Formats: sequence, C-alpha cells, structure tokens
Amino acid sequence: MGIHLPEDFPKHIIEHYRRPRNYGEIEGANVIVKDSNRLCGDYVEIYLKFEGKRISDISFKGQGCMMSQASASMLTELIKGKEVDEVLKITKNDITKMLGLELDPVRMKCAMLPLVAIRKGIETYLSKR
Amino acid sequence: MDEVFELGSKIREDFPILKRLVRGKPFVYLDSAATTQKPIQVIEAIKNYYEMFNANVHRGIYSIAEEATVAYEKAREKVAHFINARSPREIVFTRNATEAINLVMYSWGLSNVRRRDVLLTTEMEHHSNLLPWQTLSKLKGATLKFIGFNEDGFLKLEEFDKYKNKSVKLFAFTFASNVLGTINQVRELVKYAKKMGAVTIVDAAQAVPHMPVDVQQLDCDFMVFSGHKMLGPMGIGVLYGKERLLEEMKPFMVGGEMVKAVSFESSEWNDIPWKFEAGTPNVEGAIGLAAAIDYLQRLGMDTVRKHEVKLTEHALDALTRVDGITYYGPSSPEQRCGLISFNLKGIHPHDLAMFLDNEGIAIRAGHHCAMLLHNRLGITASARVSFYIYNIPSEIDLLVNNLEKIKKMLEI
Ligand SMILES: Cc1ncc(COP(=O)(O)O)c(C=O)c1O
Repeated sequence: MGIHLPEDFPKHIIEHYRRPRNYGEIEGANVIVKDSNRLCGDYVEIYLKFEGKRISDISFKGQGCMMSQASASMLTELIKGKEVDEVLKITKNDITKMLGLELDPVRMKCAMLPLVAIRKGIETYLSKR
Repeated sequence: MDEVFELGSKIREDFPILKRLVRGKPFVYLDSAATTQKPIQVIEAIKNYYEMFNANVHRGIYSIAEEATVAYEKAREKVAHFINARSPREIVFTRNATEAINLVMYSWGLSNVRRRDVLLTTEMEHHSNLLPWQTLSKLKGATLKFIGFNEDGFLKLEEFDKYKNKSVKLFAFTFASNVLGTINQVRELVKYAKKMGAVTIVDAAQAVPHMPVDVQQLDCDFMVFSGHKMLGPMGIGVLYGKERLLEEMKPFMVGGEMVKAVSFESSEWNDIPWKFEAGTPNVEGAIGLAAAIDYLQRLGMDTVRKHEVKLTEHALDALTRVDGITYYGPSSPEQRCGLISFNLKGIHPHDLAMFLDNEGIAIRAGHHCAMLLHNRLGITASARVSFYIYNIPSEIDLLVNNLEKIKKMLEI
C-alpha cells in the first residue's frame, strides 16, 4: 500500500537516508570539515582520522536533502580504509554510479557536497603534514 | 465543502490539461501561484485571433488590422474595468509583473530618486519587487529599507514610525505574499506612505487573480500583475499607473509604436499608455487575457475568493493534523490568499516534491524567489501548495494521504 517510488529510484538511497552509516563524531579525528550548499541549505560535517596516507576512520553529521545525506553516508562506507590518493580520484561520475541515479545539475550539487568536503579535509590534512 | 466541490468540479471541465495523466495518475495541480492552467475559452480566443484576424496593430489600413487593433484596445479597456481604473490610458501592457516593476524603476525611479532618499519595501517581497529597488538605490545612492513581519506573518506597522522624518520617495510592497499567504491591508499601507509623501507601488501578482481589486478605492500610484497567473497566456502583464504620473514619466524603451513624430534630432513621444509600449505588442497575449477576465467575471471575483478561502480552510485543517508539519503565515484563512507554505520535519522540500510528483501531484519546493523572507523565517526552503478555481477538496485530501505515506516510508 505504501507510496510508489519512482520506478527507477534506488531503494538504497532511502535506506542510507533513513539509517545513515558512520553517523556522528569520532574521537581523535585529525581533521573536521564543514561544508554547506547555500541554495538548499544542505549541510555536512565530516570527521576524518588518518594513519599515514590511509583514511583509517571517517564519520559525518549533517542535515539536508536526501541526495546530500545519502551520498555522505555511502561515501563514508566507500572511503573508510582507502588510501588518500585513491579517494582524491573519485569523480562526479563515480558519485552518479554510487547513487545509481542520473541527477539534474541542481540536485547533483547536493550529491557532490560530501565529496567536496572530504577533498577539502584531505587537503587540509596533507598540508599540515 | 459541497459547494466548493461543486464549483471546482464544474470548472475543471473547461481545463483540458486537468484531464491528462501524470506518471499514470490523475494530474493534481497545486502550483497555481507559479502559473495557472488555461481554460478552453482562453485557448480558443487565441486560436481565433490567429485564424481570423492576425495583423499588426495601430498600423494597417486594411480590415483585419483594424479588427486586431480594436481587439487589443478592447482588452486594455477590459483590464481597466476589471481593476476599476479611471481610464484605459492608465493601463500599460508589459510582459509580466516583473517587467512592469522594472518599467517603474527605470522610468519613474531614475528621474525622481536622489542621493540619500529612502526607498522602502518589506521583508516579504518576491525578488521581482526587491531587486529593482536594490538596483535603483545603488544607482542613485539612495538607501533601501525594509518593513519586517511578525510571527503571524503580518507587517510590523510600528516600524513606519522610524521613517516619519525621512525623505521616503517610494514604498513598494506586495498585496499578497507568495510564501506567507498574508494579504496586506493595502488601503492602510497606502495611507501611511502618503503621509510620508512616498509614491506607492503594489505588487498584486498574487491578488488581482484571486479577489476583487479596486485601484481607486486603494488609491495606490502603481500596481502590477501578470496575465499568466489569472488564466491568461504567458508573456502579458499589466502596469496600472495614475494618469498624472504616467504623463510625467519618460519612456522605458524606445522604438516603433511609442512615437508620434521623428526628426533627425529628436522625437515626440506618443500619448500614454502607448508611450510605454515600444515595438509590436503581444496582441495574442492581450486577447487571451481579455478572455481570461471574461471567464473570471462570469464566475464573479467574490465567488473566486470565497472558493479559495474555503479550500484554504480545508487545507490548513488537514495539514495541521499531520504530525511534524510547520506552516508559515497567518492562521486565519480569511487573512490569507490561496496558498500554504510548509515544512515537514525530517524531509527536505525538494525530496517531498519529488515523491509527490511520482503520485501525479505538482507542488513547489524551494525559496519561491523570496530568499530574504526564508532567511527571516530561519529556513532555506519550503514546500508550497497553491490553489485556484479548479481545485477541489479531494485533491488536498490526496496530498495529505500521500504526506502520511511518505512519512511512513521514511519512518519520520
Ligand atoms: C508576489 C509575486 N510578485 C511577482 C511575481 C513575478 O511574476 P512574473 O514572473 O510573472 O513577473 C510573482 C510570481 O512569481 C509573485 O508571486
């Protein structure tokens, strides 16, 4: 009886939105970055912990539309344990693939917000080293 | 409620688009504040013009050019009569409300506003009635000031006191807010402005389509609205201006149609209102707008208003029963125009609009061209439903059912 989802709307987006993974703060994070999207008010705060050039732990907090928050949740899963160089290679295309959804430019901006924040966080860490 | 249902149901027959399916479901259109759908009578009037007497106006010597000119000028008379202007000379056709405001800004504003003058507006304006004044104040070194609104969505009238001894040149304000729904007390506001010696411009984009409006009774200097928000086609809008002011103003754009005589050095402007209508006008638009006014007058603007008050009452009732809903603006339907902006806790308006679209329900989500207002409310976006004569209570019930379903699906 529930609402019908758009036919091609990936269930895992809703899943991640409803039950975000790696949500909250982590103790002893090396870097904390915030970023927001002024137009729709999406907001993310990313916690990053590094071991050398590897991201040993990552978490996020945030508020906003489903695209920004689900994307953040999925990205934390994807990135945890990965080398920094690998993470910096993630593109817009990879985000589209990860979401399983073609987005219009406005909503793509929402989906990209967490990645943009993560890149900034990595750069901050690398420049401090 | 029965009478609301009856009127809406009867009227729907005239709107071809309301018979279509969207995503396999009956189309529920709840975004009339953005633009209204068009009845067959308006579509036919435009078709008839192109099939029977399409010609350029004010120029041809032949029969159909005369017919087109008469139809175009009859449309102007109809608009004048509809808002009770003293004369059709006070009605200038523009592309839309936005262009009408820009016309006043360039034509009246540039000649009359000086350094250190105050331009006054409100915090509940659509960007259309904000950016022109921001621009004008920058161009002229004037100061732009804002009257705020309170928690119930009403203007803080006491703030006028601050400007008592200032040189306030202009007060630009909305008749009805496209986000809060608040209907402002235009007559009172014009009186305040007059006391300060300010010229008044009323953005009636959300008022003229929905309720009886009488410019002589309101006594404003300028009023603007858009045809497409009142059953008419896109690309036709109206500037009402008091004759005396229009006479004093310079043209906004120059070219054909707006001159009487041209020599190599200078030109003699045409009379009002044609002085402000450079180039070939939107004849199709004016004829469509006239047909729209005929349609609305057959119903009666009192009936239109009553229908919307009832629908708004029903919608406020139904929406406030949904847990987690916050709506903005006055609580009394009598003090609102037929729209409601709201937020549902736990879901962004963009997502809400996307899920509703999948059920064939069209609503608006975002800042509705009023970022300043949303800032004041402490939010970045809202969802908005808006009604017109063809909406029926069951559409609102369907909306609310779907809100509940979405909540369940997202466990919010
Ligand atoms: C209050 C208000 N003013 C002005 C406008 C601008 O109308 P238009 O885009 O037709 O010029 C709108 C419509 O979006 C509105 O709601």
